[in-house]
Formats: sequence, structure tokens, C-alpha cells
Amino acid sequence: MSDDTLFAQIKDEANRPDPYPLLAALRECPVSRQEDGTYVAASHAAISSLLHDPRVSSETLPPADRPKTGNPLKDWLVKPVRDYITDTHRPFIFRDPPDHDTLRAAVMHQFTHQRVQAMRARSHQLVDEILDKLGDARAIDIVDDLAYPLPVTIICELLGVPPEDEEKFHGWATQLATALEPDNLQNDEARAENSRTFDVISEYMKGLIAQKRRDPKDDMLTGLAGEGADGAPRMGDFDLIATAILMLVAGHETTVNLITNGMLTLLRHPEELRRLREDPERAPRVVEELLRYEPPVQFRTRTALCPIPHGEVTIPEGAPVVLMLAAGNRDPDVYAEPERFDPDRTDNRHLGFGGSLHYCVGAPLARFEVEAALVALARRLRNPRLIADPPPYRPGSALRGPKHLRLAIDGIDP
Amino acid sequence: MPERNFGRSADIPLGMSDNSAPSVTGSSPAPSAAGLRVTVDLNLCQAYAQCCYAAPDHFVLKGREALHYDPAPSTGARADIERARIACPVQAIRVENTGTSRR
Amino acid sequence: MIGSEARVVVVGASLAGLRGAESLRRSGFAGPLTIVGAEPHRPYDRPPLSKAVLTGAVAPDATGLPNLVALDADWRLGAPAIGLDRTRRIVTLGGGETIAYDRLLIATGASARAWPNSAEGRLAGVHTLRGRDDAQALRRDLAAGPTQVLVIGGGFIGCEVAAACRDLGLPVTLVETGPALLASVLGAHLGAVVQTLHETRGVTIRCNAKVEALEDDGTGRVRRARLADGSAVPADLVVVALGALRNTGWLAGSGLAFDEGGLDCDAQGYVLDEDEQPDTRIAAAGDVARFPHPLYPGHRIALEHWGHAVAQGEHAGRLLAGCEPARYADVPAFWSSQGGITIKSVGLTKGADGVVIARGDPKEGRFLAVYGQAGRCIAAVSFDCARWLPAYAERIAAGAPFPPDAGGVDAGPLTVFAPGFPEPHGSRPGDAARTGKDER
Repeated sequence: MSDDTLFAQIKDEANRPDPYPLLAALRECPVSRQEDGTYVAASHAAISSLLHDPRVSSETLPPADRPKTGNPLKDWLVKPVRDYITDTHRPFIFRDPPDHDTLRAAVMHQFTHQRVQAMRARSHQLVDEILDKLGDARAIDIVDDLAYPLPVTIICELLGVPPEDEEKFHGWATQLATALEPDNLQNDEARAENSRTFDVISEYMKGLIAQKRRDPKDDMLTGLAGEGADGAPRMGDFDLIATAILMLVAGHETTVNLITNGMLTLLRHPEELRRLREDPERAPRVVEELLRYEPPVQFRTRTALCPIPHGEVTIPEGAPVVLMLAAGNRDPDVYAEPERFDPDRTDNRHLGFGGSLHYCVGAPLARFEVEAALVALARRLRNPRLIADPPPYRPGSALRGPKHLRLAIDGIDP
Repeated sequence: MPERNFGRSADIPLGMSDNSAPSVTGSSPAPSAAGLRVTVDLNLCQAYAQCCYAAPDHFVLKGREALHYDPAPSTGARADIERARIACPVQAIRVENTGTSRR
Repeated sequence: MIGSEARVVVVGASLAGLRGAESLRRSGFAGPLTIVGAEPHRPYDRPPLSKAVLTGAVAPDATGLPNLVALDADWRLGAPAIGLDRTRRIVTLGGGETIAYDRLLIATGASARAWPNSAEGRLAGVHTLRGRDDAQALRRDLAAGPTQVLVIGGGFIGCEVAAACRDLGLPVTLVETGPALLASVLGAHLGAVVQTLHETRGVTIRCNAKVEALEDDGTGRVRRARLADGSAVPADLVVVALGALRNTGWLAGSGLAFDEGGLDCDAQGYVLDEDEQPDTRIAAAGDVARFPHPLYPGHRIALEHWGHAVAQGEHAGRLLAGCEPARYADVPAFWSSQGGITIKSVGLTKGADGVVIARGDPKEGRFLAVYGQAGRCIAAVSFDCARWLPAYAERIAAGAPFPPDAGGVDAGPLTVFAPGFPEPHGSRPGDAARTGKDER
């Protein structure tokens, strides 16, 4: 029988720098019950199976719960109504079909390949601007200097969020992203804080959407808020706000980790860094292998709607189901030498973007952004060295990545 | 979405096809025009459309799940096609570069 | 592992033959390899021929299959095999050439079933669709702008051709002897959904109707079809889509067990002789192979599925290379896209006694149906709902109980219907096409 504290250990911040030995132990049992009643799927086969299983629901976000104010009118009328609305108009990452499909289709309709290709070109331009500005610096923090500003600028431009408003989101996005951390879901205070943040960001979005309707621009938010003249699927205003917030948060909190994990991994594998510098066409392979080797989203939590037998285990109805994507990505039944970073591996069906209905919407954008960042870093940083290995990590276990990645460099090539 | 024509036009010079020469025998069949050959295992395909973003000129998703693709892109599209192949979440895309590996 | 002095011959230069040859090489076979093809073309992909090629989006000669492994093969293209002598271990080609083998892979595929009246079948404007040349000829006639197209047969090819005609804006009538489109594979219950799809797109559909004769206009071009009820359908372009016959005629006198429904194989994939004894020098793969499938016991099946040609071809390559692979047991799967909808299936519906809508809703145009037999799930068919399909493939492989469990996300009504297969369903021994998708 496997150790039923493994998931707790994985969530423990002390294990953030290297959770992979724990993930390997977890994988001994494809689906295991943990001491808190959570069921964790850790083999590639079990995760793939559950990702496609209609008995598994994504509506795992607990109901909204705003803190009481002491004002009876607010506490007994306004609060329940707002909680109800927030709950029934969750962002589609926390929705099941058919609603999920409708909302996602509306986003995909706006997420055109023309827009993505434009952002691909923009990513290269932004990365070069950022590096140019650093001038003759002898140190760089990959997180603060590049990995955070790049995706944030891209998602803001794509959505049509004014750049001067961006700094407001930094804290909001970090707060809302904690909804993916399982322990925060159980924590009343954390949930109340999330509701408060959601209300603030909702007010902002409401204003921005109204502005897009008055003064339409060529951006995704305008498209989503539009009248559907081009046959675009429509969504109601509450769903629109939730969707816009989802995209903004996702754009803030995931790609940053992929870029940072990517640079960290390349610095730990100098031969690969050299090869990328000499042959930028390797970038798509490097990015895909990074998504396997150091996925920014380590796991996602779902709920079993019915009993689900899997091998010798049956996941009971109502149980939280953790899909440990990062463990499936190093499953020796699927990958030869799974612990080795190898961009040349073939048949890489990694789970870095999840799978099935909830496959990452922003995946194409993330790939282009990370490619642009890593190619430029590989080419332009002169003799980059890690100042601390492992670097300090952000607290999240589901969204995992370094807080800072400080490098010493001998300069930045033009 | 308007109908997209892929690769060589269907209605222009059919006679110039790469490999419809009459009976061919021997160790090396009719030399084929340099280019790529692409096939997608549409049993595996789940319409994630990652190929459509990677190589929009060669992969198009129509409706919810119908992937249309160019089976014979030119060699110039190699980088985009390779990007599409690598990005496919179910690894359903097979590519051959006829300019090099053919025998 | 067989030695490099062994000579391996692959008869059939389409998908199964190509993947089989690649699999031999991948398995380490380094000896002389000959690939024999009846057509003059290099291996090409067939699925686009009834879809994108007909609409003009893809050129007929542009669907060459990628070659995934260096084959170092001796190609004999445009040279059909006409005889097999197992005693002397010789394959005879059309030109009289003989090729000796130590191991032989038979992957000769199938041919379109011709219009039964051969004189009528030769009228200008009458087509069948199987190969590249067929598709090229049909595309040319479609591009010329016929006044009225008639499709005979409501199987997958017939439906895809009719859909392509509507994509081109051409008036098209489809005549099917059964109660609904695709009824022999999906049953009338789901066939009706397909029918509505095509009718909505402007296809005129006549089910329970039979074309008796094709009539010409006096110059040798087809002018109309005469139906069994005495009515006439005008048509200056006719596509005969009546399924396929296995290319086994060349095996006459070989002592192997075959008919137009396939070449019999054992569970491993070796061909059987007339005494049901395996010939371990010869394997078969793809459309032509009729084999016992562990999930569908009691009879042998021949599948005309693209994925099956790949998987069984690769299996046969390993087998002939001496790798002793596990028994071939891939769950059958196919897809078809028509009229903007993608239909995908896993398992085999043959013999189903019930069908339920397990996910989604036919009214919404996206759903997944599960077929059951004697309380077990045996097949699932999705309409624009492919991401649930892997979950049901697992259930089918495991023989999970039917009807499948209720509840969960996107749940359908789970009311069990009779599938409505036309009688008799797949009862003709030679009619293996009914066990799967026609003409793939």
C-alpha cells in the first residue's frame, strides 16, 4: 500500500523545488486514496482515462462565500444573490458541458489564428525590447524582467486591456489563481478573500466591457462583448465577466512559470542551451519537452460524480480527484528515460496542457511566447549562470514555478 | 469558412501528377516532386486544433471536429508543418519530407 | 527474427502494405523486400478521395502517404499479382514475372462493387469510387457541373459523396434500399439522424427504394435511373456506392481459404488453408484479412477501416519478422466527416440489440450513442462528441455492462432503443462490408 501522505508532502512548500521523487512514489499506485479522502491519479494511463471520463466533473470550485458585513440588508439579500450569481456563472474552467462548451466556443471564435499569429510576432518584438532595455546589465531576474511582463503584456493586448491598468491586476491575478490550490478551497478565509477580489476585478471588467461596447476595438473583449453580427456565439454579461477574468488570470499565472522553468531547465542542461542557441528551429521541441518535464500546471482537481472503479480502487461519488499531470508526464510506462530532459524524444503525448474538454485554451499562444523568450535568451545572454540553484519558489503547488530566477551574465548581445 | 484549396489545384494539370506514371518497376519508383507528405490519423484526432494555429495555411478545423489538411505541402512549409506535428496533443500527424528520406 | 537471407514480398501497395513493410524494417528485417502494387501509383491515402478531393480542395494526386521508415524496397507498381503458388513459394504478376518469397504479406485490399449490369455500368457519367483514378474521374465530372447527381447506396461513401455534391452546390438524390442512411452500420435509429442532416443540407433522399436500371440518352451517357416502383430519377452523373468486394480472386488455386468477403486468418494473423491450417510463411492485413477478434467471438471479421489497415499492417510486419507479437486485438475504430459533422466509432455495432444516447443530445447535433449486446457494451458512435469516445473505448475493451452507467457530465437520456438494423444484418457470409465502414 502506498503512502497516503504523499499528496500532503507534495503540497508542502518545502518540497517545491523538486517534487519529482514524491511524484514517482505516488505513481507506484495509478490511483491512490490520500489521508484527506482525496484520490490522486498519477499514472499517464489513469490521468488520460479520467480526463476523458464523463463521470468526472470540473465544477469543483466550492460555492462563492462572501464575508458578512454586519449590515442585514447586505448580508441577507445582496450577499446571497451575489453568491448565487457568481456561483452559476463560474468561469468555464470550472464548468461542465453543455455550458462549458458554449462558453469555450465563444472564446475560440475570437481566438483566431490571425490574432495568435499577430501575438507570435509581437512576442518576439517584446522580448527584444525588454532585453534591449536591460542594456549592459550584469544580472537579470528572468521572472521579473521577462517571464512575467511578456505574457501579461500579450494577454492584455489580446484582450484589449489598457496597459496602464495592468499593474492593478498583478495582485488580483495572484489571489484568484489560488483557487487552483486545493487547500485554499477548504479555507473559509481564503475563499472570502477570493470573493472580495473577484468583486473588485468584476467591477473593473464591467466598466471595461461597457467601454468596448461604446468604442469597439479589434480585440477579443470587443469581440466577446459584441452583438454577434459575424455569427459569433454570444454569452450573457455575467459569463462574459467571468470569462474575461479567467483569461486574464490564466495569462498572468501560467506562462510565467513555463518560461522560468524553461530557462532553469536549459541552464541545468547547458548542452541543450547551446543547441537551442545554434539552432532556433529546435525551439518547438524544447517547449514541448518542457511541458512534459516541468509543467507549469502540476495538477488539476476534479470531482467524481459517480463511483469510478479504477483497477483495485473505486473512487467514491463526491470524492475530490486530483489529476497529477506532472507525474503522468514522467511515467516510465510511456516515456523512455522519463527523468531525462530530451527535446528529441518522439511521440511526446505530454499532459502539460491537460486534455479533453478542458485542454488549455491558451496553449498555442503560450507555445509562441515561450519559444520567443527562450530563443532570445539563449541567443542574447552572454554566459548566463544561475545565482541560486534551486531558486526560491512561489508558494503554489498546483501552479508551480520559481519566484525569482536570478542569473549572472557577462552582458546582453544585440 | 470559405473552401480552402490545398496544395496543387485539383483542376489544373492533373497530368503533372508526381507519381501516376504508368507501370513502374525497379528499386526506385518515379522520382517524386520535392515536397512533404502529410497524413493525420483522424481516429486519434480530437480536434484540439493545435495544428491549425501552428500551420494555419495547411490545417483548418471546420465545424466542431472536422479537420481538413493539406496532404502535400511544399518544402517551404516544413518548419510550420513540423511545429504542427510536434504540438499535436495526441501525436496524430505523420510527415515525410520526400526531398530527403524517400527510397 | 528472420535472417537477412530471407526474401519478403508484400502484395498490395496501399496503407496496410506500406505500414506492414515499414513494420518489417522497424522490426529489424534487413533482407530483400519487394512491394507489389496493382495500381501504378505509390501508396496513397484514400479517405480524402470521397471528401476533399471531390470538392476540389485537394488534388487527386496529392494524397500520397508519408513513408515513415526507410524501406529500401524493390517496387513493382502497376503489376497486379495474378497467382500464388505456395508449394514453390512464388507470386506471379500480371506481366508474367514471378517473384519468390520466404515470407509473404497479403494486403490486396478491396474493390468497389460494380453496378450489376455491366453495360449500364459502362455508360458515360456512371462512376464507382475506390482509388485515385476513380476519384480523379469523378472530380472531373463533378467540376463540369452536372445537372443532377444520383448516388446509389446510403453507406459511408454514398453519404460522403452526397455531402460533397452539396458542398459544390449540385442537386443530388441518394437512393438507398434500406430503411435509413447508414442503417447497416448505425441502425435505422441513428441512421435517421444522418438522414435529417443530409436532408437539411438539400440532399433528396429515397430510402426503401431500389434502382433497377440506368438508362442512357442515346449517345452512351446516362440520363436517368429507373426505380423498382416504376418511377424515374433524372441523373447525368451517377455514383454507384454499393460497398466493396475483397481482392482475393488472384488466390484461386493457392489452396487458401478465401471468398469475396476476405481471406481467412488465424488469431495471430497467419493465413489459413482450406483445411483451416495456418501457413506461417504468409500473413494478411487490412481490408482483405478476415480474422477472429477476441472482442467479437463466434465469427471472423474483415474490417475496412483506415486505422485497422495501419494497426494490422504493423502487426503483420512484426509477425513476419519473427517478433511473435501478442494477438491482434485493437478495438476497431473509424471516422467519417460529412456535411460538417464528424462521425466517429469504436467497437463494432454488428449484432447490437440495443442503443442508448449516453452523452449529449441529437437535437443539439452532438451526442454519443452506445450499442449493447446481451448486456455488454460493444460499440460507441459519436457525432461531434469525440472527446468522450476514449472513455467508451475502454468500456468496450473491458466488456462493461450495457446500458452504461447513468449520471455524470453531459448525460443523455439513456433510454434503450432497438438499433433498427435492416434484416438480415450481416448474415451473408461474403458481406463483410457490413461489419464495418464501407469502402475504406
